[in-house]
Amino acid sequence: MAKKIATIPFTGTAAQEQELRAVIDALRDDPGCLMPIMQKAQEIYGYLPIEVQTLIAEELNIPLEKVFGVATFYAQFTMSPKGKYRISVCLGTACYVKGSGVVMEKLEEALGIESGEITQDGKFSLDDCRCVGACGLAPVVTINDDVYGRLTGKLEEVKDILAKYAD
Amino acid sequence: MKTLQELTAIKEKMRNEIALRLGKVSDGAKYEKHVLMCGGTGCTSSGSMKIADELERQLKEKGIEEKVFVVRTGCFGLCERGPIMIVYPEGAFYTHVKMEMISRIVDEHLIGGKAVKEFLYDETVSEGSDDIKSLAETTFYAKQHRVALRNCGLINPEDINEYIARSGYEALGKVLTSMTPEEVIQVILDSGLRGRGGGGFPTGQKWKLARNIVPDADVKYVCCNADEGDPGAFMDRSVLEGDPHVVLEAMTIAGYAIGACHGYIYVRAEYPIAVQRLQIAIKQAREAGMLGKDIFGTGFDFDIDLRLGAGAFVCGEETALMTSIEGNRGEPRPRPPFPAEQGLYRKPTILNNVETYANVPQIILKGAEWYASMGTGTSKGTKVFALGGKIKNTGLVEIPMGTTLREIIEEIGGGIPNGKKFKAAQAGGPSGGCIPAEHYDVQVDYDNLAKIGCMIGSGGLIVLDEDNCMVDIAKFFLKFTMDESCGKCTPCRIGTKRLYEILDRITKGQGKLEDIDKLEELCNYIKTNSLCGLGQTAPNPVLSTLRFFRDEYIAHIVDKKCPAGVCKDLLEYVIDKDKCVGCGMCAKQCPASAITRTEYIAPNHKLASFEIDPAKCVKCGACMAQCRPKAISKQ
Repeated sequence: MAKKIATIPFTGTAAQEQELRAVIDALRDDPGCLMPIMQKAQEIYGYLPIEVQTLIAEELNIPLEKVFGVATFYAQFTMSPKGKYRISVCLGTACYVKGSGVVMEKLEEALGIESGEITQDGKFSLDDCRCVGACGLAPVVTINDDVYGRLTGKLEEVKDILAKYAD
Repeated sequence: MKTLQELTAIKEKMRNEIALRLGKVSDGAKYEKHVLMCGGTGCTSSGSMKIADELERQLKEKGIEEKVFVVRTGCFGLCERGPIMIVYPEGAFYTHVKMEMISRIVDEHLIGGKAVKEFLYDETVSEGSDDIKSLAETTFYAKQHRVALRNCGLINPEDINEYIARSGYEALGKVLTSMTPEEVIQVILDSGLRGRGGGGFPTGQKWKLARNIVPDADVKYVCCNADEGDPGAFMDRSVLEGDPHVVLEAMTIAGYAIGACHGYIYVRAEYPIAVQRLQIAIKQAREAGMLGKDIFGTGFDFDIDLRLGAGAFVCGEETALMTSIEGNRGEPRPRPPFPAEQGLYRKPTILNNVETYANVPQIILKGAEWYASMGTGTSKGTKVFALGGKIKNTGLVEIPMGTTLREIIEEIGGGIPNGKKFKAAQAGGPSGGCIPAEHYDVQVDYDNLAKIGCMIGSGGLIVLDEDNCMVDIAKFFLKFTMDESCGKCTPCRIGTKRLYEILDRITKGQGKLEDIDKLEELCNYIKTNSLCGLGQTAPNPVLSTLRFFRDEYIAHIVDKKCPAGVCKDLLEYVIDKDKCVGCGMCAKQCPASAITRTEYIAPNHKLASFEIDPAKCVKCGACMAQCRPKAISKQ
């Protein structure tokens, strides 16, 4: 499956870069060190933006294409960060016929991002998911551990919900 | 630690400490009671570690922390009843342990000396008697024979000394001080041990090849496959969580046998507890001198590194695993050359599965004959199975090869819940097949299962009852292999997708009879032309279900019916008007507004009944779950 690549600007700090460089220096002489380094890098940054991949490639003196190839091969590596609040819209059959597709559209409109992306401020990430087993409440959206059901798909409603996560 | 004598000294000292758990009286042991709390993934998910913390807190509060020793162990096997706690010397087996039960167990049992009967596993207590039956008498454990799992649920996996107390590292000492590499290989060959990861290749043969095939090789490697990816399989995880040192010891023995001095364990990142315990074990083994330079003062060097997988099923395939350790995309390579000749970094390499290694030290200590005395003609020893699906005792069991499927399911597994009928057992996950009711008495070993188009695989055993649709099961596994195909070779990449599409069509009522022939042709093509084991075995679930449950495929295609009532597009939810009391709960629950009131009033009540519009129904089942008089059924 094609992976979503982050559209928000990279906000890595000097401290993070220093930490990553230390990891690379510690591991660089190990044969097969690329994956352990990438796993550490994802721990440090939460995801693997192209800037981080480039740094790893340059430091190890290998083509960026190889780093990118490994990043796309394994399910564990993500190139799009997750937000402070992770929104999942159930696109299971029951929710879908009750209009969760519309809810998704309104969320995309309200947040200005598409499914699989994250807002510029890193606060919200939006994903679709399979049936969450709350068909009686359809259509259902979950935000972290909160469940919102019987949504109508109006833009104001969606905005009201998002307003609860102002902090 | 540099000598066998030092090892023996630790063993003697520690053996007293754990003797209590083996039902032996020990003099001068530090504690009066040992409380063993399962710290495997299953019990940990239901809070066992917090319960252990609470227990320790209460012990301190009541001032008996000097008398009662709390041990966090690996998996006991009976995951269905977790969290599990055992109190020794009585062997009291507490199941479904909850926070609020702790204070009673502390007061009545640990202080009062009388087990809390109502919290004990029901099979270990009997009416009118205070005696507690031992675990060995329960149906779940009676037929088991633990070799690979012998220390799981008995020792603290984070303490090397407890492993040593159970004869740990003795086999390594024996091998290094009194055996030649050739002798080691011969013992493994004679034991008849075969690869437990699924392939079933004789382990000794593998070692022999790696020792001899490239006589002047400067570097060789020993690898351990802990990338257990089959849905429903968790035996390797349990060994790593419950007894990590056994894998380290066996790999070191293998290193001596083939002439390698470096090993890698490739373990799934999705097993955080296993990874953590392995890290601790490696650190302790190095400190104790069981890994590193000059082990037992014999001049033999061996060390082990961990490599974490990153979520790719194909990396369980041997060449893909090695490519992944090298830091590349985990794509398989063509064989030959086999890893014994050119494996990791193109050097001679052996790769064995966790469970295979877990047998090795015992074989060295007790001898090849002892091991070969268990099992059947061509499959020696024991095998660990992960029981799952429609079975009462979900969990981990280790049984001698050749035990019948009926014994495994009916006796050890406790049978099928809710009085349902056994339909088939799915073995070997996405690479395996199913064993139908007509082969219920098959003696489970490598060859008997191969004869009926199935395989032991890594040991996942999923029980299916009459409510499972075999076409749907085949589709489930194909979806899995399709998603996990690495894409390197065409037969697997495109073939599994086409297989999935045909199966999907059949489950939606759009299949044609010629689809069955197409499935078979495509399956055989994928089997013979794929590059690696993933593709070569991917069609097995389809072929196997076609062989034994062809009539179900035909029912889907010709009658447009799913006999098990699983495939949503082929079933309808119907309200029995005479049973309906007209409460309207179903209509309220229906997410698709497909249920409406009708004119029909049953003779025995006053309200009108309801009706489902099949065109609007999304078959979510919410109405059926709500209906009190059970008037709604699926057909």
